[in-house]
Amino acid sequence: MPSIRFRLNGAPTEIDADPDHSLLDILRGRLGLSGPHFGCGSGECGACRVMIGDHAVTACDAPLWSVADKDVTTLEGLGTAEHPHPLQRAFIAEQALQCGYCVAGVLISAAALLRRNKRPSEAEVRGALDRNLCRCGSHNRMVRAILHAADEMAAA
Amino acid sequence: MSMAAPQLPVSLAANPKLSSWIKVSADGRVTVSPGKVEIGQGIVTALAQIAADELDVKIGRVQMVRASTARSPNEGVTSGSLSIQQSGRALRHACAEIRQIFLAAASDRLGVDADVLDIKDGEIFGPGNVRTSYWELAEDISLDRDATASAVPKPIAMRALAGHSAQRLDIPDKVFAQPRFIHDITLPGMLHARVLRPEISQAKLIGLNEAATRALPGLVAIVRDGSFAGVVCETEAGAEAALMVLRKGATWSVGQPLPDESDLAGFLKSQPLESVIIDARTAGAPGNPARTLRRRYTRPYIAHASIAPSCAMAQWNGDRVHVWTHSQGVYLLRADLALVLKLPVEQITVEHLEGAGCYGHNPADDVALDAVLLAKAVGDRPVRVQWSRADEMTHAPFGAAMAIEIEADLDAESEIVGWRHSIWSNGHAARPGRGTQPTLLAATEIANPFPRQISGNPPQANGGGADRNSVPLYDFPAWKIESHRLLTMPVRTSALRTLGGQGNVFAIESLLDEIATERGEDPVAFRLRHLGDERARDVIRAAARRANWKPAAKTGTGYGVGFGRYKNTGAYCAVVAEIEGDEDIRVRKLTLAVDVGEVINPDGVINQIEGGAIQATSWVLKERVRFDRERITSTNWADYPILRFSEVPKVEVEVIQRPEIDPVGAGEAAHGPVTAAIANAVFDCLGVRVRDLPITRDRLIAAMDSSA
Repeated sequence: MPSIRFRLNGAPTEIDADPDHSLLDILRGRLGLSGPHFGCGSGECGACRVMIGDHAVTACDAPLWSVADKDVTTLEGLGTAEHPHPLQRAFIAEQALQCGYCVAGVLISAAALLRRNKRPSEAEVRGALDRNLCRCGSHNRMVRAILHAADEMAAA
Repeated sequence: MSMAAPQLPVSLAANPKLSSWIKVSADGRVTVSPGKVEIGQGIVTALAQIAADELDVKIGRVQMVRASTARSPNEGVTSGSLSIQQSGRALRHACAEIRQIFLAAASDRLGVDADVLDIKDGEIFGPGNVRTSYWELAEDISLDRDATASAVPKPIAMRALAGHSAQRLDIPDKVFAQPRFIHDITLPGMLHARVLRPEISQAKLIGLNEAATRALPGLVAIVRDGSFAGVVCETEAGAEAALMVLRKGATWSVGQPLPDESDLAGFLKSQPLESVIIDARTAGAPGNPARTLRRRYTRPYIAHASIAPSCAMAQWNGDRVHVWTHSQGVYLLRADLALVLKLPVEQITVEHLEGAGCYGHNPADDVALDAVLLAKAVGDRPVRVQWSRADEMTHAPFGAAMAIEIEADLDAESEIVGWRHSIWSNGHAARPGRGTQPTLLAATEIANPFPRQISGNPPQANGGGADRNSVPLYDFPAWKIESHRLLTMPVRTSALRTLGGQGNVFAIESLLDEIATERGEDPVAFRLRHLGDERARDVIRAAARRANWKPAAKTGTGYGVGFGRYKNTGAYCAVVAEIEGDEDIRVRKLTLAVDVGEVINPDGVINQIEGGAIQATSWVLKERVRFDRERITSTNWADYPILRFSEVPKVEVEVIQRPEIDPVGAGEAAHGPVTAAIANAVFDCLGVRVRDLPITRDRLIAAMDSSA
C-alpha cells in the first residue's frame, strides 16, 4: 500500500491505505475521529464535511489521495472547550441545534466561508450552507450564530 | 365526606420507588434517572431543571443518567410530546418528597423544626447558624421507599430554574466533537456488520451464493436466517465492501405490488377497511342546509429521513445479550426482542445512546434486532450495525398517506350547519413492545417468521392515530367524524410526528378558510367567532397581532392563517404564513403563537416550535415518498429533497406563559397549523386551492387546471 501524508488538524499524519479509500472512513476508522459524521455516503447531506485547505468538502466521497500533502481540518481541529473557535462559542450561545448530528459539517462549512468572506451577508451564509442538510429545523439559529461569530471575529 | 387520596403522577405511580429516579451522593452530586430519552429535543435539560429546582441544588450538580432496562424507571416510549407531562411531573413530585425527607432528617440531627430550615444548593441551614447538607446526610438516608404523594411541589413563584432558559447540557459535546452519538461510540473488540435487504418491496431471499464473499479479507461471518442475511467484518469499510459482494450473490423472489403513487386516494379507498365512528354531535335545532361543499384532501407517505442512518450495537454473553440503541423506548424494544429471541426479558439489557433527531418510529428498533441477530454469530464480541442511506429511506416505516373528505353543509348565509369528516389511511402506529407479536423488521424475515403487523391507531383517549385532531375544536352545531383504517399495508407505516394530526388540521383549516372567503369574512375573525376556548382565541389573536394581520395585498405575496390544539388536549398553536408565489412557492415568514401551559425552558419551547415549523414547511413544499409498482424509488436526498438553508423561512415565535397550568410538550404543535397556513396563503396569493400535498409546481399547475 502506498503511504499518504497530510496534516490533520495541524499534526503530520501518514496513512498506508488504498489511495481510493474514502477519506471519511479513514478519519473515523483508523484515525478514530468522531467529528465528521456519516450521513449518506454520496456527498448529498454534508454531515461529513471537513476542510481541505480552505475549502469545505464532503469526506465520504473524497478519496484519500485527494488530501496528499494538504491540510485537513475537522471539527476537532476548529477549537476545544478550553479554546473554542468563535463559531463554537456562538453555537452554544445561540443554542443553535436540536439533535446536533449535522452540526460538525455545518460548522466546517461556516468556518470555510469565514476564511474567504469575513463579513458575509445572511444570504451568503445561507448559500454557503445550502449543501448541508438539517432535519430538525435549526437552520435559522445556525445562521444567526454564524453571523454573530463573524461579527466577533471582525471586531477582534 | 372523604378527601380524595392524593394522586401520584402517572410515571411515578408506575415506578414509585424514589431511588429509581434520584440518588444523592456524599460527594455533592445528584443523579437523576428518567425513563424518557434524549432524541434531539432537549428533554434531558428540561428534566434536570425541574429536579434541580425542586431539590434546591444548582443544575451543575445534576448528572442525568441515560435510560437502561438495567436501572431506569419504565416510562414506556418517549413520544407524543408527553415527556414533560409524564417524566417532568414524576420528577417534580419525587424531588419534592425527597426534599421533605432530607429536611426531616436534618431537623432530627440539628434539633430544630423542619419548618424553620431552608435549603440552598444542597446546604440545609436554620436559625442559630445550625447547618448540615444533603451530602452529609446522604449516607444515612435510604430512598429505597415508595413515593407517597404527601409532598407538595414548590409554588410557582419559588421556582428558580423552571421557567428560565437553561443552556442545553448536551450541546457542548456536540460542538466540540466529543463522542456522544451512538454512531461515535466504540466498544473494545467491536466488529462491524451490514444487512442485506431487498430493493423490491417485500421480496424474499431465495438464493445466496456466499463463495465470493467468503474469500474477502477481514470477513468474520456471513449470517443467514431465512430472508435475513448480513455480513460481520473486522472493519466498517470491510463490511460495506462485503455487503456489495454478497448482494451480487443474492437471488430474490418477486415482491408484493405497491400502489399507484399518482392515485393515493383511489388506492386508500379501494382497500379492505375497518371503519370507526370517532365522534358525532347532533344539532339541538336542525339548521337549514342550502348546499353542501365536498372537498377531498390528501397527504403522501412521508419519510422520517433522519440525517443519520439508524445504528445499534449488541453483545452476547452466553444466553444473555446487551443492546445499545437510540430507540424511543428501551423497555418496549426489549419486549419485542424477547419475543423474537424467545428469551425471558431478564436476559436482555437494552441501554439508550443518543441518535440523530428522531421524529417518531424510525428504524432504531429494527437495527437493534439486526445487531442482536448478527452478533449471535460471533460469540462474545460486540457488533455494530449501521443502515445504509438507501435502507433508511426505503425500509423504515413511513408516516401514513391519508385521504380526507369533508362535507360541510352550509345554510343560506354560508354558515356551517353540518360537518362530516372521513379519513382513509393506514394505521399510524406499529411500535414495538405493545402486542403479542413483534413489529421489528427482521422478525418478518427470519426462517420462522412472525407475521408482518398491519399498523393500528392508538385510541382517542391517547390522542388517536389517523383520527388525531379530526374532531373540530369549533362550535359547529353537528358533526360526524369517521376513520377508515386499511387492513392491508403494501407500504409500511408507523408513527411519525403528529400521526394523522397534520393531515386533519390541513383539511379542516383549509376548508374553514374556503368558507370564510366565500362569506367574505376575515378568516381570523371567522375562527374567533367559532371558538369558545380562551386559550385558543389567545394564540390566534397573538399570532395575528404579531404578523400585523392582515397586511395589505401585494402581487406575488399571500398570507394565510392556521390553528390547532395538538391532540385536542395538548399545546395550542396558531400561525400566520407569508409566502411568495408564481410557478413555485417560497415561504417567507411564519409567525407563530403557542401555549404549552407552564414553560419549563422557554428557549427549548421556541426551539421545538421553530424546528416543527421548518420541518412542516419542508413536508408541505417538498416531501413525498416516491415509488413505482415494485419498489420505493426515493432512496437518497436527491429523490427525497428536504428544505435547504436558502429556502427556510423566517420564523417568529411568541410563547404565551401560563405557569399555573400543567405543562405539555411542544414538538408536534406546529406541523398541522403551519401546513394549513401555507396552503391558505397559496390561495391568497394565487387564487387556487391546493388540496393534495406536497404543494409543488406540478400540483399548482394541476390545481389551476381544475379550477379553470
